Amino acid sequence: MSESIIKATKVVKTYGNVKAVRGISFDVKAGEIFAFLGPNGAGKSTTISMLTTMLQPTAGKLFLNGYDVEKEQAGARKSFGIVFQDPALEEELTAYENMKIHAVMYHIPLAEQAGRIEDLMKLVDLWGRKDSYVKTYSGGMRRRLEIARGLLHHPTILFLDEPTLGLDTQTRNLLWDYVKKLNKDKQTTIFFTTHYLDEAEEVAQRIAIIDHGKIVATGTSKQLAAQTNTKSLEEAYLSLTGKEVRDETSLSNNGLNVRTASRNQRLR
Amino acid sequence: MELDVIYILWLRQMKRYVRSRSRVIGAIGQPILFLLALGYGLGSVYKRAGQGNYLEFLVPGIIVQTILFSGVFWGIQILFDKRFGFLKEMLVAPVSRFKILLGNALGGATISFLQGLFVLFISIILGFRAHNWAYMPLSLLIMLALCLMLTSFGAGLASIVEDFQGFQGINNFIIFPVYFLSGALYPLTNAPVFLRILSEINPLTYCVDAMRYTMIQQTHFGLVKDLIVIALSLIVCVVFAVNRFNKIQA
Repeated sequence: MSESIIKATKVVKTYGNVKAVRGISFDVKAGEIFAFLGPNGAGKSTTISMLTTMLQPTAGKLFLNGYDVEKEQAGARKSFGIVFQDPALEEELTAYENMKIHAVMYHIPLAEQAGRIEDLMKLVDLWGRKDSYVKTYSGGMRRRLEIARGLLHHPTILFLDEPTLGLDTQTRNLLWDYVKKLNKDKQTTIFFTTHYLDEAEEVAQRIAIIDHGKIVATGTSKQLAAQTNTKSLEEAYLSLTGKEVRDETSLSNNGLNVRTASRNQRLR
Repeated sequence: MELDVIYILWLRQMKRYVRSRSRVIGAIGQPILFLLALGYGLGSVYKRAGQGNYLEFLVPGIIVQTILFSGVFWGIQILFDKRFGFLKEMLVAPVSRFKILLGNALGGATISFLQGLFVLFISIILGFRAHNWAYMPLSLLIMLALCLMLTSFGAGLASIVEDFQGFQGINNFIIFPVYFLSGALYPLTNAPVFLRILSEINPLTYCVDAMRYTMIQQTHFGLVKDLIVIALSLIVCVVFAVNRFNKIQA
């Protein structure tokens, strides 16, 4: 691990008067597994949306694999794969057809498409169901298919936006085992967001905690505990972000959650 | 040009359509109902009024109606993609938005065109005969232009609104007045002045008029004027769709 493969400098995203992201800066090294933690509406998904070219930052600079995310979108887009928070599959098509669309859209040579699709679908154990419509897949199968699809064009960075939301323990374990193997074998940089602190602690090499659109701490799980004089990542997290339950309110016209409100409830 | 990208997105639309039996039946059932109910129901009244064969008069309008509803409502596909995630998958790919829009919209336009052809086929079974079949290629070209125009309009509209109810509401607010003021169902010649004025500022009127000219050689405005309005409307709708689609933030 040496060079920064993801670099954010003073990135701001505002929607009208609401600042969803307030000048965050961080970097992720090549081959690193990096977790982005934060309460609902903290700015995690907005940050991923900006990193993956879906949203334009209001201010600041973002670089992916050496490409300026705003100015060199095509290069940046070829560099990453993404598993979205909500499934982004075409349900009326088969799993194979979904993979095929991705292969064409990422300009994978025709001669390589079938082989790559087969390899990846076998890897996530879906080859036997390749001709089934995605609408017949379970949540876990969809996640696995999305991971296979996200890797089809051999990205150097894989973004996972809350990839285990709604999955059972077995599928979560399977998914993380696969992600760790991918990171180890192919040196793929992994950037993920999650609400599950145990996942961040177990999988990530470094963690950034974001709250109210600002990064409040960065480091390993042990470093975060030490910084906050606490004994665990969970205690560190709560000490940095508070114990109030956050609500999300969708403000913008693009469906992103950009405002948080307190209900003045306490976690017990 | 990345024709393979445009093709795969077009193919996706076609597969979705072919696999949705209810969509196929629903889209075709309505125009058939109009042809049967109006064509046969009002045919005798129309004839007694000395206007000739109502089915012949009606068919070009029903074809335009089919394309109008199918084309504009196709925009809901963009909304589906927006709400259920697939649009994100397309927007983060290293492909320009124009090509993403083009591939998908061509799929929508092809579906509308096929539905228009189907209505023409049914009309022939019901007894419709074009007065001069030599004009039929021009009819088909006008249908194609209309499909592209209305699919683009639907895509532009869907790029602006966020929810299905809003899309449906705006659509109904626009489509029904535009349709009923297009002269698809009645001749404009003896219509009241205010109705004629409203019809004359409605681009769809010129589409119906052009179709009617090429199928039964009846025209209100003249083919040249019709074609100019159709071409201008097509350009405006495509520019609208590209502009709005480029501004989508997934």
